[in-house]
Amino acid sequence: MSINDNIFVVIMASAIFYGTPLVFASLGEVLAERSGVLNLGVEGMMLLGAVAAAWVSTNVGGPAFVVLPLAILAAMVAAALGAAIHAFLTITLRVNQIISGLALTIFAGAAGLSSYLAGIWHLGQSPVAHQFLRLDVFGLADAPVVGPILFHQTLLTYISWIFVLGASFYLFKTRMGLHLRAVGESPQTADSVGIPVVRYRYAHVIIGGSFAGIAGACFSLMIVPTWVDGMTAGQGWIALALVIFGFWRPDLMLVGAYLFGALSSLSLTLQARGFHISTAFLAALPYVMTIVVLVIASNASSRRQLGAPAALGKPYEREER
Amino acid sequence: MRRFGFRLEPRSDLPKWLPWAVPVGSFFAALLVGAIVLGVTGQNPLSVYARIVDRAFISEGAFSGTLVSATPLLFTGLCAAVAFRIGFFNIGGEGQFVMGAIFGSGIALKLGADAPGVLSVAAMIVFGAIGGGLWALIPGILKARFRTNEIITSLMLNYVAAVIATYLIFDSNSFWRELSGSGAVFPKGKVLPTVAWWPKLDFGSIIVPFGFLLGMVIAGWLYALQRKTRFGFEMRVVGGAPTTARYAGMKPTRVVVAVAALSGALAGIGGATDVGNFRHILDPKGLQQSGFGYAGIVVAALARLNPVAVVFVAILLGGITNAGYALRGPDFPAGLVGVLQGLILFCTLGGEVLARYRITRSARPSGVETTLEPA
Repeated sequence: MSINDNIFVVIMASAIFYGTPLVFASLGEVLAERSGVLNLGVEGMMLLGAVAAAWVSTNVGGPAFVVLPLAILAAMVAAALGAAIHAFLTITLRVNQIISGLALTIFAGAAGLSSYLAGIWHLGQSPVAHQFLRLDVFGLADAPVVGPILFHQTLLTYISWIFVLGASFYLFKTRMGLHLRAVGESPQTADSVGIPVVRYRYAHVIIGGSFAGIAGACFSLMIVPTWVDGMTAGQGWIALALVIFGFWRPDLMLVGAYLFGALSSLSLTLQARGFHISTAFLAALPYVMTIVVLVIASNASSRRQLGAPAALGKPYEREER
Repeated sequence: MRRFGFRLEPRSDLPKWLPWAVPVGSFFAALLVGAIVLGVTGQNPLSVYARIVDRAFISEGAFSGTLVSATPLLFTGLCAAVAFRIGFFNIGGEGQFVMGAIFGSGIALKLGADAPGVLSVAAMIVFGAIGGGLWALIPGILKARFRTNEIITSLMLNYVAAVIATYLIFDSNSFWRELSGSGAVFPKGKVLPTVAWWPKLDFGSIIVPFGFLLGMVIAGWLYALQRKTRFGFEMRVVGGAPTTARYAGMKPTRVVVAVAALSGALAGIGGATDVGNFRHILDPKGLQQSGFGYAGIVVAALARLNPVAVVFVAILLGGITNAGYALRGPDFPAGLVGVLQGLILFCTLGGEVLARYRITRSARPSGVETTLEPA
């Protein structure tokens, strides 16, 4: 038995595999939240992305290297359109961000538009035609320990790493990132120095939404890989918790995403190994852990004032200064 | 804002027609947008809507069916309305409903076939309320004690409740599970003794479930609670101005915990109704597919968080849900009910703003110079 069959290696490798959609979804949310807009529509946007990607992969002819990028693009556009509704309602009409985000999840989510579209498109009867397969990077897939964990993932995982680096750099090392954080902390101040608050908010909510679309595509093109109604099963909400858990920092969110990826895959891994652990306990574990982690994070952040953008959730009205 | 050539000016006085016009206007706006969605995706909106109206309100027995669908929405709607009123965003109506169903069916099974029916029904209401209330206390206490985001915690508990219900019926030999007969092969819940079946009142052409009447009474009680009592007053102050509440010597955290429990208890009674009045069995799959908790949020928003209005909105949305069940099939698009619910919520939100503000053409030029004007 090779070391790569060791249970910890298997759990680490599947943590990264199953955590990948959480990385994309929480990165998207952190962009929106850093601009001061809370978007609870992640779950709905992910499902829109998943259904759009499944449609393209099933119905567009051509080789995988053409179809898969198109599927990702479609997922991004579909989810971004959902985010645009939220942006219009919360930024222009200044409605309650919590209820608008919920509306987006109800509208697009498990019993909503995503299922409606999947129904009229007859998706879900067979696996998607093209999916993201595990790669053998540098021929190192079989290298001990690091092989399965780092060099035997799908392209989406490697792209997510680039996104994490890019988002960290953007937020903390660029002028635009600084402006974005200013908009999220104090839109009045940002406005007074000439930063276009409304434009920043729109852009980041919509781009953040497109990330949630990629997260959804991870499910329909990589993890499952076909369409199932409500296939994200609450992962969009876990992504929201990860943003809080990661103190609105992409690098910490990546760690959190893999922690939850491990929890989500634990029941599969352990059952395959013949462990006798209640499936119910394992199924509930990610959700219970989310609550535990959130309590710890909220306690820490309220004590140390870490993380949360000060203007998060508050509409900006120029006239009201 | 000014780039689009219009701006929103707050109305100085809110007109009397507002509480009515917003929900009605939003509802029809949502239908209009829904028609566009249907049309774009190759359906005939008029025929889909005509079939919904027919199966919801007009055809033989349709209204009775609508009341059945409206009953759980009435309870989850009240659950959301009470909590949202004080700014406690309880998204956990779904899970609290399930816990109410578990507790309610549990006590009915425990009391057995020999208990008087009145006792069984009363005990189910009480235990349903306890089950839902305890489940909602978790996010309530976490919010009050650690300021933990109640939206995510209450939502996560929905999934946990679903897992618990599934465990009781599918993964264990629990008290709730039927272990003899066909239940030994195909996992299912024990059927409640008939004494615990809630009555359905026959008014000639319309059959009204007892649960719906109970919900109406509770809605009236909540209205009185919010308007006439000290606790209702505290709720309004905490909801409107938490700082003021603290200065006035109220304890906002205590109000939050109490309202969380109340809100969960309402959804829990809904769960007891589900097993007592309709299913007579703990059915995890049926509960999971229903999405009552989320629909309750739509009900509460369209009712503008008014408990009495929740009754009417629950009937309206219950009608759509009922028609969705009745018409489910190859030529009726699945997911349409959720699409309409989401659109109604969007339009209510937008309509609320458009009614509160006056839209005026932008008079001032756009640009930085406006920021120099005195505020």
